[in-house]
Amino acid sequence: MAGTPTQTRTPLSSATEDGVGASPLRPDGTLKVTGDFAYSSDMWHEDMLWGMTLRSPHAHARIRGIDITGAVALPGVYAVLTHEDVPGAKRYGLEIQDQPVLAFDKVRYRGEPVAIVAADHPETARRALDRIHVDYEVLEPVHDPRRSAFDEDCPRVHSDGTLPVHEEYNQRGNLVRHQPVRTGAFASGATPAELRAQADVVVTTDYEVGMQDQAFLGPESGMAVPAEDGGVDLYIATQWLHVDQSQIAPALGLAEDKVRLTLAGVGGAFGAREDLSMQIHACMLALRTGRPVKIVYNREESFYGHVHRHPAQMRYEHGALSDGTLLYATLEIVLDGGAYASATPAVVGVASSLGMGPYEIPNVSVDAYGVYTTNPPCGAMRGFGAVQACFGYESQLDRLAHRLGMHPVDLRIKNAMSQGSRIITGQEIDMPLPMAEMLERARNLPMPEPRAVPTESNPPDLRTLPGGVANTTHGEGVVRGVGYGVGVKNICYSEGFDDYSTARVRLEVIGGEPTALVHTAAAEVGQGLVTVKGQIARTELGVERVTIHPSDTGVGSAGSSSASRQSYMTGGAVQAACAAVRASVVALARRRGLVPSELADSELRLEGGKLVAAAGPVAALEDVLDSEVVEETREFHHRPTQSLDPVHGQGNSHTQFAMCVHRAVVDVDTELGLVKVVSLDAVQDVGKILHPQQLAGQIEGGATQGLGLALMEEIQVDHSEIRNPSFTDYLIPTSLDTPPMRHEILENPDPNAPYGLRGAGEPPTLSSTPAIIAAIRDATGRPLTHAPVRVDDIVGLHT
Amino acid sequence: MRVSFEVNGEQVTADDVWPGESLLYVLRERLGLPGSKNACEQGECGSCTVYLDGVTACSCMVAAGQATGRTVRTVEGLAAPSSGSERRLAPIQEAFVECGAVQCGFCTPGLLVQADDLITRSVHSGAGVPDEEEVREALAGNLCRCTGYVKIVDAVRLAATREAERVAEAGS
Repeated sequence: MAGTPTQTRTPLSSATEDGVGASPLRPDGTLKVTGDFAYSSDMWHEDMLWGMTLRSPHAHARIRGIDITGAVALPGVYAVLTHEDVPGAKRYGLEIQDQPVLAFDKVRYRGEPVAIVAADHPETARRALDRIHVDYEVLEPVHDPRRSAFDEDCPRVHSDGTLPVHEEYNQRGNLVRHQPVRTGAFASGATPAELRAQADVVVTTDYEVGMQDQAFLGPESGMAVPAEDGGVDLYIATQWLHVDQSQIAPALGLAEDKVRLTLAGVGGAFGAREDLSMQIHACMLALRTGRPVKIVYNREESFYGHVHRHPAQMRYEHGALSDGTLLYATLEIVLDGGAYASATPAVVGVASSLGMGPYEIPNVSVDAYGVYTTNPPCGAMRGFGAVQACFGYESQLDRLAHRLGMHPVDLRIKNAMSQGSRIITGQEIDMPLPMAEMLERARNLPMPEPRAVPTESNPPDLRTLPGGVANTTHGEGVVRGVGYGVGVKNICYSEGFDDYSTARVRLEVIGGEPTALVHTAAAEVGQGLVTVKGQIARTELGVERVTIHPSDTGVGSAGSSSASRQSYMTGGAVQAACAAVRASVVALARRRGLVPSELADSELRLEGGKLVAAAGPVAALEDVLDSEVVEETREFHHRPTQSLDPVHGQGNSHTQFAMCVHRAVVDVDTELGLVKVVSLDAVQDVGKILHPQQLAGQIEGGATQGLGLALMEEIQVDHSEIRNPSFTDYLIPTSLDTPPMRHEILENPDPNAPYGLRGAGEPPTLSSTPAIIAAIRDATGRPLTHAPVRVDDIVGLHT
Repeated sequence: MRVSFEVNGEQVTADDVWPGESLLYVLRERLGLPGSKNACEQGECGSCTVYLDGVTACSCMVAAGQATGRTVRTVEGLAAPSSGSERRLAPIQEAFVECGAVQCGFCTPGLLVQADDLITRSVHSGAGVPDEEEVREALAGNLCRCTGYVKIVDAVRLAATREAERVAEAGS
């Protein structure tokens, strides 16, 4: 590639170029800038058909009958399928198999799939959908999550006895999971009133977090190709190939090896691709018609076609002594899971265990509820239950600081956790957590320039003001505010799940040069795992030429590209497989008589294409390998975790904790309620930087999604109906909404993790939202208890 | 219906086009040019941005028939024509890869066309390298969900700076 390289290169951990710690170019970058990268919606086949989905127009209705005759008769239509055509299991689900492949008996949310068609053109398919007649008996929606949680007379979304029972989740009625946590005096039965009496300052507030959409840009899509063996090959954008396979195969009534998945190009994920969307439907249509079937959702359908971030209603109470010491805190959080469970139980597990954030509080009572309603299903989104709580506890800390007359950073430092602290589940933080230092660093980051005072001769630059070139102000009514936010996030899967990844690494001489091939099933969703896998192989094997095999189910599971876990888990698997390859190479070298017998295995390493000892090169890899192919497959498991006990919520449920601190500076037009974020700066501890440039991309992108939740992003749901399923009405941040961002990175290694690294993708999404809203409070004095902040809240129409 | 127009320097024809199809659909599904992306198909996200007679437009909002007889340039036409197996990337493409402006990449094709247009309107029109605010204004119609835009702005500024240097050298 021509041009001057501009990326920074940090010192390498080995003498091999572009290893761990460097910023090599992403291997898929060139294809992505030329338009040649094949995303799931770009799949094309000579005789392919278009699949399309008929969705329920009602949030809650009984299905009395489905008449497909009109659709079947339409020329160009090749298949029209309903629940009766599902060959195997009628329901699927990530944790609880409660979601129909195609609705039967009842629909439980607006947009639920009822029938599917395959046709020769998308317009033919759309017309076929118009000719399917579904006879509905409309039922009252169950749209109030609090009623669903606490009113025993609330209608059931799922009838008793139709779903498997999970005793450990304290299920009853519409409750998917209730997780209590009790510590200190609360564990021995104390009431809030008893603790309240001992506090000098008490702050009690209700908060809400709206339903956020992941809004990845590449809509749900893929292509299913029927195979000669009676199976099917699916090219798909997903976050976890094997969990898709394990849900698709039973629904199709096929053995898992007959359902082969290959990762197609993924246009972003952020949690929205954890659940199935069109996977089973495309396979059913392909198997029925004997032709490849492509399904591509449009943007409106995408809003109905994936789960969203759980909206949360939270009541927090914090009591402190006059010196700022936190004495007790209580939380009731209700998370609206919508019609199907998706990841709701795990989201409740995070919201409860991390519901009080990274603060030392001796007495805590938490009740976290996840409920069924007939609202849009909610599940995974970046931050996963920790985002909602973080907005609540950080808002509480700010209110307390205000009441105590303390600087918000000082109050946080006074109560900050550190290595050796125990979170409210009793789990010890057995890795560095320099929270106090991070807060100080965030406070001491350089401040942006003050806003220039406009004069006749020096008019304001509209582009720097709230409202921008819409010319809504020249500075009058504009007030600057500063706010801080800090959050703690668990990394990897929790609560006893056997979380692992698999890597197959092959080393051979190709064209005279030692070359590594890295094969995993891990989903590259944009985060840059493809780059990191290559860096680890280079560092571990001392070769520069690394090929990344396409991700598919031809190798063992990699787990999900979720929970900030892939650098840790698939990175760990690649490292382990490379270590095995290295050991085989050393053994081979000994067999060939290339290694002096006095050299122990532990003295040998691979570097710069050679087998090397302390004294210097021992043998060139080409000579060691010759025509041999060394291939090793390894699984990497993180240390086991425990489930939370269902009464007091105690247990070592997490494997790693990660933290980010944000400082936001905003200018607010206090008359119009418009906000300009001036700066959004972060301090994050990542244990070990694998790729500085991609790390920055995670922090900046994660912070921007938090900015969206702070200022604009909410799916408006009215009586279970989405009011804004489009990018016209659901706004995500543009280049004008986002500020320049500065970050300071700390590298305090976690001794349990590969290279000491810490998952980095999610923490910035937690901390940026409360920091921005705190800054708006600082500028306006308004309480701002709803995220996203609404114009009406800023100008005071709601107070 | 039949639709004929010029795309990336070549005359193309698509037959049996349903009149409701968009230019984006014809490019992606009939002409083998899937580089322009279908992220919202309602003119809000800019992922399908192409040049239409030299002016950037959302190809999802252009009926295929409206392209008849006109000139279209897509992301596939930004790089210099292939010579052998190596295709030389345009400066804006190089800069996006170098600066880390590409993550999932779904917004990238539209952003590249829009950024190319900005550089044409600024550097190539003698207006110099656009400052950060100008870049942000010019790209405000192109949504990106992954990057937070920081590295995209960096990439556009880098490409514009290099173009300005190249123009200056060519002029001296």
